[in-house]
Amino acid sequence: MAGRTRVVKTRSEFEGRVSEELALVQGRDLRAWPADAELREVGRERPRVDGVQRVSGRARYNSDLVLPGMLHARVLRSPHPHARVTRIETKRAQSLPGVRAIVHRFNEADHFAEEVRFVGDHVAAVAAESEAVADDALRLIDVEYDVLPFVVDLEDAMKDRSRAKRDDAQSRGDVRKGFKDADAVVDVTYRTSTALHNCLEPHGCVAAWDGDRLTLYESTQALFDVRSGVAEKLKLDVGDVRVLCDFMGGGFGSKLGDGHYTVLAAVLARRTGRPVRLFLDRHEENLAAGNRSATVQRIRAGGTKDGRITALEHLAWSGTGTEDGWVAGATGPSSTVYDVPNVRTEQYLVLTDTGPFCAFRAPGYVEGTFALESAIDELAERLGVDPLAMRKKCYARRDPQGDRPFSLKRLDQCYARGAELIGWSKRKVGGTPARTSHLRRGLGMATQFWGSAGGPPAYATVHLNVDGTAVVRSGTQDIGSGTRTALAQIAAEELGLELGKIRVASGDTDAPYTPASGGSWTTPSTGPAVRLAAADARRQLFEVAAGLMEVRPTEIRFSNGHLVAGRGGRKITVRDVLERFKNYTVIGTGARHPNPSDLRLGSFGAQFADVEVDTRTGFVRVVKIVAVHQVGRVVNPRNARSQVEGGVLQGLGFALLEGRVLDLPSGHVLNANLEDYHLPTVKDAPDIVVEFIPDPDARSNNLGGIGLGEPPIIPTAGAIANAIANACGARVRTLPITPPRLLEALRR
Amino acid sequence: MAEYRGPDAVPIRLEINGEIRVLHAEPRRTLLDALRFDLGLTGAKKVCDRGDCGACTVLLDGHAVYACLALAVACEGKKIETIEGGSPEVRSLEAAFLADDAYQCGYCTPGQIMALAGLLRREPRPNEEHVRAAVAGNLCRCGAYPNIVKAGVAAGGNGARRR
Repeated sequence: MAGRTRVVKTRSEFEGRVSEELALVQGRDLRAWPADAELREVGRERPRVDGVQRVSGRARYNSDLVLPGMLHARVLRSPHPHARVTRIETKRAQSLPGVRAIVHRFNEADHFAEEVRFVGDHVAAVAAESEAVADDALRLIDVEYDVLPFVVDLEDAMKDRSRAKRDDAQSRGDVRKGFKDADAVVDVTYRTSTALHNCLEPHGCVAAWDGDRLTLYESTQALFDVRSGVAEKLKLDVGDVRVLCDFMGGGFGSKLGDGHYTVLAAVLARRTGRPVRLFLDRHEENLAAGNRSATVQRIRAGGTKDGRITALEHLAWSGTGTEDGWVAGATGPSSTVYDVPNVRTEQYLVLTDTGPFCAFRAPGYVEGTFALESAIDELAERLGVDPLAMRKKCYARRDPQGDRPFSLKRLDQCYARGAELIGWSKRKVGGTPARTSHLRRGLGMATQFWGSAGGPPAYATVHLNVDGTAVVRSGTQDIGSGTRTALAQIAAEELGLELGKIRVASGDTDAPYTPASGGSWTTPSTGPAVRLAAADARRQLFEVAAGLMEVRPTEIRFSNGHLVAGRGGRKITVRDVLERFKNYTVIGTGARHPNPSDLRLGSFGAQFADVEVDTRTGFVRVVKIVAVHQVGRVVNPRNARSQVEGGVLQGLGFALLEGRVLDLPSGHVLNANLEDYHLPTVKDAPDIVVEFIPDPDARSNNLGGIGLGEPPIIPTAGAIANAIANACGARVRTLPITPPRLLEALRR
Repeated sequence: MAEYRGPDAVPIRLEINGEIRVLHAEPRRTLLDALRFDLGLTGAKKVCDRGDCGACTVLLDGHAVYACLALAVACEGKKIETIEGGSPEVRSLEAAFLADDAYQCGYCTPGQIMALAGLLRREPRPNEEHVRAAVAGNLCRCGAYPNIVKAGVAAGGNGARRR
């Protein structure tokens, strides 16, 4: 990339947290393609470039990997929610044939704590010739614990002042005055359950040492964060740690860095001199792999009869588990989504002796949007106003919290299109009758905002081979969202090559740095860097071709896979240019440029739900979800629709099915398996209609589009809860809305 | 059922995708672990290891079963088919899954395809209800269900083959 390297300031938002950072960029950015640009690849439906491997079982996930001489590791976990480990006796385990190493706090003090802090916390790990032998060995390890006091329930912990601390507070206007101006005020408390990611590929890795260099084959959404985390914990240079992840079986936020399993596998591999595989089993996945923590949220909302919201107060308590670090705030939507003059929000973190919180697809916003959107419907009902009309009355033309313009906001179009597709005009207060007398149908909707839009640093190179094929090299991982396909389409667009000529070599920390695949960051961070790298490679190619064709580089353009000089001039292929130079490789480089600092970036959407409620059983059938989202230009509409459908289904699970169940006296998870923890199945899947607002978000980045990973899960639960309330008049304020909870609400 | 053997590793003779493979494993070895760790057939995935999720589905004498619930020793004398076998049903399902984008991360996909391969053996022209019933025991956390249903129908004779 021509041009000096410069330091620039950039403002980014990741999982609801805004940060100002310095980034290095080179040269000038490209302008986003105009709305009417005729693009050959970007915006087209293409099968995934790695699809054949994924559907044929040939894709190699790191959990499939078997290395020569590899040992298998298993972890001994605490049966107590809080205890001090006073003694560990491994003699019997050590003598079991096939056991090669055992680590615990008395021989690897850096990697085990003296105190275990939740049921499932790691106490020891064994490497053996097979998983079965390692499991046998765990049963032969004797541990003595000093059991300590604990609290596992969020609401019990909230009563203890030492466990709750205020994390964030926002306010504008004067809420007391706002409530005084209101014709009606609702004051309601919502609760959401702890949701477990249950990505199907478990957390884990294979660790292999080559002298002092460590290679980790990890199932991760964040190769570079695994690298830095492990380097820090094992006191290595980052250059001595390489993390690889070619195919990855789901993460949803729970694989955004190294885990105890990463470090333990590396330690066991170092002790034994052999590669070590350590992947969690399903039970462990449900104890020690993160969660969307439970929340308690109190919302007061006041409004006037003409449908305006005059004041909004949102207090939220979220369990952090034992990681006394961060929790994704649930109050974000209340301060950012609507134009309400008087707002006050407070977010509290609450320490519980349970497995640690971690990001889970739009953390905080999923929980907060459910509460906010439910409260708005409750207020609208009290005021006798149509809930969609009320949301339109409070339409925020500028960012209401930061008072900046949005780079793009087409929420009004999302409302209009969604209302049309679901048949909102037929919605009746009190719902409508269905096939039989005990069935009721209802409609509900909810709004989505998500401020994540990617950002620097992210880098890529594009290599043109002599035969006219190209390799995109970028560290990033494809977690199932179609990253590789999107990057290939972007490169093909800019290089004028067919998609089949592009190979994306990613999933490797020895390639250029890219951010984690979280916060809907991947495409809008790495995509623009790939586009710049491809443009740089093309410029160099045109310079070489210009000499051969005896024209100026600016006279060359791409047409149907050929380089064409001038009007009706000579046509040659990329291969014709490069084949003359044996193994000459054109290398283009690109770096993501900063976000505009004077604009609020983000995506908007609206989802509408049509549900059928059985008033005898409390069973809810979601008949249809309409999802209309605005993310600017969509690189691959087919993959994007799939991602929205997936987000909706996870949202449906959160609304109706999912919740960790704890035994309060012991702190044990009672449903730590896929039989008792209910993921949505094919039978729960409603008809899902997906549309995108086609306008590019031209000022966001050079693609004119931002990320879509998280937006579709945000409004689903609110839309479903509102549809249920419309159908049968029963408002359930606790998720998941199970049949017993709905029956209880119906009886009230 | 074979005679009592064990507890140490014993030879186990399996017919997999039309080939005879012999391995040495303890009798407690599940068919799934034998496939993945002894035979290098990693298409079947280990997600729950207790028959809850369907990611390890293979065909045993033509019927879809969970490989995590079968012991390798108990599968001697039976015909085992995995996704790697690439039977005609598997091939047409793979094409339909690609065309309909019936997967995201792909981790559950071999299991979904093998469950549907079992369906196509007994019902070559399935409708949506057949497909839903066949994959009702196959979890997909990415939520590709709507497209899985489309692909399942399209792979049989009833699909409006759009491509």
